[in-house]
Amino acid sequence: MLKSNFTLLHVKKSFLFSFSLTLLIFCTNLKSSSQENSVCFSCHNDKSLKGTRKGKTFSVFIDEKKFSNSVHGSLTCISCHVDLEGKELPHDEDLAPVNCGNCHTSEYEQHESSLHGKALLKGDQLAPHCYDCHGKHDILSAKDPNSPITPLKIPFLCGKCHQEGAPVQQQRIIHQDHIIENFSESIHGEGLLRKGLIVAPSCVSCHTAHSILPHTEPSSSISRKNIASTCSKCHAEIEIVHRKVIKGELWEKQAHVLPACVDCHQPHKIRKIFYDQGMADRDCMTCHEKLDIKSSKDGRSLYVKYTTLKLSRHLNIACSQCHSEVNASHSRPCDAITKQVDCSACHAEIGNQYLKSIHGQYFTKNDLNAPSCKECHGTHSVLGKTDPKSPTFPTTVPKLCARCHREGQKAAVRYSGDEHQIIEHYTESIHGKGLIKSGLTVTAMCTNCHTAHNVLPHTDTASSINPKNLPTTCGKCHHGIEEQFRQSIHSKLVGKTDKELPVCADCHSAHTIRRADETGFKLDIMQKCGRCHEDIAKTYFDTYHGKVSQLGYTKTAKCYDCHGAHDILPISDPKSHLSRENVVRTCQKCHPGATRRFAGYLTHATHHDPKKYPFLFWTFWGMTALLIGTFILGGIHTLLWLPRALKMQRKLKELSKNTVKNKNQEISEVKKDDGKNNE
Amino acid sequence: MNKSTEKEYLRFSRLNRILHVCMIVSFLSLALTGMTLKFSYTNWAVVLSHFFGGFETAGFIHRFAAIIMFGVFFSHLYDLRRRKRTEFGTWRKMLFGNDTMLFNKKDIKDLIGNFKWFLGLGPRPKFGRWTYWEKFDYFAVFWGITVIGSTGLTLWFPEFFTLFLPGWFINVATIIHSDEALLATGFIFTVHFFNTHLRPEKFPMDIVIFTGRMPLEEFKRDKPGEFEELLKKGELENYLVDSYPPIVIRTIRIFGWIALTIGFSIIIWIVYAMIFVYR
Repeated sequence: MLKSNFTLLHVKKSFLFSFSLTLLIFCTNLKSSSQENSVCFSCHNDKSLKGTRKGKTFSVFIDEKKFSNSVHGSLTCISCHVDLEGKELPHDEDLAPVNCGNCHTSEYEQHESSLHGKALLKGDQLAPHCYDCHGKHDILSAKDPNSPITPLKIPFLCGKCHQEGAPVQQQRIIHQDHIIENFSESIHGEGLLRKGLIVAPSCVSCHTAHSILPHTEPSSSISRKNIASTCSKCHAEIEIVHRKVIKGELWEKQAHVLPACVDCHQPHKIRKIFYDQGMADRDCMTCHEKLDIKSSKDGRSLYVKYTTLKLSRHLNIACSQCHSEVNASHSRPCDAITKQVDCSACHAEIGNQYLKSIHGQYFTKNDLNAPSCKECHGTHSVLGKTDPKSPTFPTTVPKLCARCHREGQKAAVRYSGDEHQIIEHYTESIHGKGLIKSGLTVTAMCTNCHTAHNVLPHTDTASSINPKNLPTTCGKCHHGIEEQFRQSIHSKLVGKTDKELPVCADCHSAHTIRRADETGFKLDIMQKCGRCHEDIAKTYFDTYHGKVSQLGYTKTAKCYDCHGAHDILPISDPKSHLSRENVVRTCQKCHPGATRRFAGYLTHATHHDPKKYPFLFWTFWGMTALLIGTFILGGIHTLLWLPRALKMQRKLKELSKNTVKNKNQEISEVKKDDGKNNE
Repeated sequence: MNKSTEKEYLRFSRLNRILHVCMIVSFLSLALTGMTLKFSYTNWAVVLSHFFGGFETAGFIHRFAAIIMFGVFFSHLYDLRRRKRTEFGTWRKMLFGNDTMLFNKKDIKDLIGNFKWFLGLGPRPKFGRWTYWEKFDYFAVFWGITVIGSTGLTLWFPEFFTLFLPGWFINVATIIHSDEALLATGFIFTVHFFNTHLRPEKFPMDIVIFTGRMPLEEFKRDKPGEFEELLKKGELENYLVDSYPPIVIRTIRIFGWIALTIGFSIIIWIVYAMIFVYR
């Protein structure tokens, strides 16, 4: 490119002298031949040759051999020293400085806008020119091991100015100290300098060669915003390593909330192991361990018990990793903090789930009742859900949720659905008993069904408790049941109907789930089936099985005894418990002597349907006619008899009164006689 | 004093009285336990079922009472055969004599005469030993035991009966059993109770079925036909016996009250179930 540019320049100039192509070439040769490099070297080859610039005398000796070995060896001197173009030789002194940008346009521009370039413009004596790094007539390719800009030598090159004690390091504001020493001890330096790995990063790998900018400059390769992409130029797969804490893409997209690479891996001291934090906890604790420290804004205590943090799950996390806005260059690093801690910086996936959940939705609406991470997990004391002391430990989760969802509490008072007293009901349910009374941590509690961070109302199709998803949710534990259910007629996969199909909660309820072998549940289930199968349930209650169940006894056949529970299928299905192949065996569960004829018993018979059950219909009406007829006859006979009988009764009374009178007379006479006898 | 010396007419033999008591106990037990199933949708059925110690115990009581009922039935048939030998000699004399339980011409006359009397169109017929409504009650029991008993056995042993009957016959048997039982209880606790106990001249109860005895006055008034017949034959003296002491009478009345109360309660329950919570 350099060469072609140069030729083009010549071609233009030659055009002025000649119109023929031959002449053009001839003239060009003729012209340049008068200023060939050999002409220059005839003088500059002399080691004692001196020149002056701005009154200073210096050697203008140029080693021809070095020059011809340099990357520019094939160029003519006047290609760079353009001010000598067409001049008589030997030339005047005080040549204009060579402008590398004539050819290296982009590098020149980068340098111009870089920290180095700006300093140069300001006339900073310490600012580097191109030649300070690249050399002058002896410029070598970066690939040449002898070049000062070969990777292995770069630390030394930069170190010329940036090593401890160098003027730049002493007289200019450089935030880092012991840069070169630290680098040479770092894993990067070790790789480069001791192991000779030329792929190991040198200064320019992070700072760039020409666009060097301070980290405070947003466009800098080492600014907070860009550091991640800079590091991942080499550590391209680092996302995977850090996936547990940071979802890869967020690293670059949400650099403002995330800790930057250098927050953990201090610049220049980058090590294989987890580093001393960029911001030492000790610094924070000098203020925050004071018991009386208070917020100047709202007066709340800012006291932090450091031991709590060290006993928490975040024991290896530094203050500044969560309070990521702290700025180490401030005298009070924390005065840069404007926002609350964003846990999603590390827990990105969970953070996203939370924002979509009903809790997160309210939180984004600035609803004061909405719980954020800390309401459940705490702050500095955060413990994993496997720690029995944690509020998110299974046995304590119901209490945790109850803080808002117990009747009368802030979440419960806003709730307008049908589920009430959920905490009390849950506690009495089989799940609650298993968890709380039996202490089984594997028992389902709030978050097993509702999820921890995806909590959504059941009406939301994305909710774990939406009817669509409920079998999967329950199936997490009750897998075998789910498998059966999926193949039953109640499953959407099998039952092709536009009516609503039942899911787990329709029979088992949500919070009042009982053991299926408990009397109460067994009796209730018939009402549950009857909610949809209205007619068939009614007719069941017309038969012996149903009547006994209705009295509150569970020994007779209930819906599921014959139809199956989760594996319920239409009778037409050969796999059904009531298919022709299976029905007798099903009856035999209770009636060991059952035969195929016995199975002909109509378990859902009704005497109200003359078409379906003519025998029963006519028997019933025959019996009813007999009953009514008998009562009419008996009734008429009795009713006609009654008035006559009353009349007769009155007569009899009169009669008996008379007889009693007579008798009384007799008795008194007898008494008189007795009296006489006694005398 | 005088009363104790007064003789009473002996209407029922000891066996008949015992059988009737057995029948009352059995019938009430059957009705109570059976109704709990028939009206299982009512609260009182649930309470009663639990009172009996659960549906299984209630079922046991029901079947035990049924056995007693069959016992009563067959004892009576056996007694009839015995009395044919000892009292009548031939079936013909027994079945077509004056004191027969079978309906005859006199019953039709009495029925018409009685209706006339109800309407004030004539005197009260002179009823014999068995009035037509007593005969009706008697055969109602025959009918009832046959119908309810046979269907009851079907329901008791469905596995056996479906060896030769179709499965749906169990459903038919259920309807017949339960509706016939409703008819029986309904009839006994209303019509029979009125005819026998509640008619004004007998109110509140007639204990002749327990004592076997009725005062001569009452006998003359109630069964004039039989009375005159006995006078004519001069056999009345054979049937005159001493009355029971008051303690026995009181005991019998208590038993009667219990039976009547249960009967009326059942009627109230049935009416409640049929009218207010029928489904």
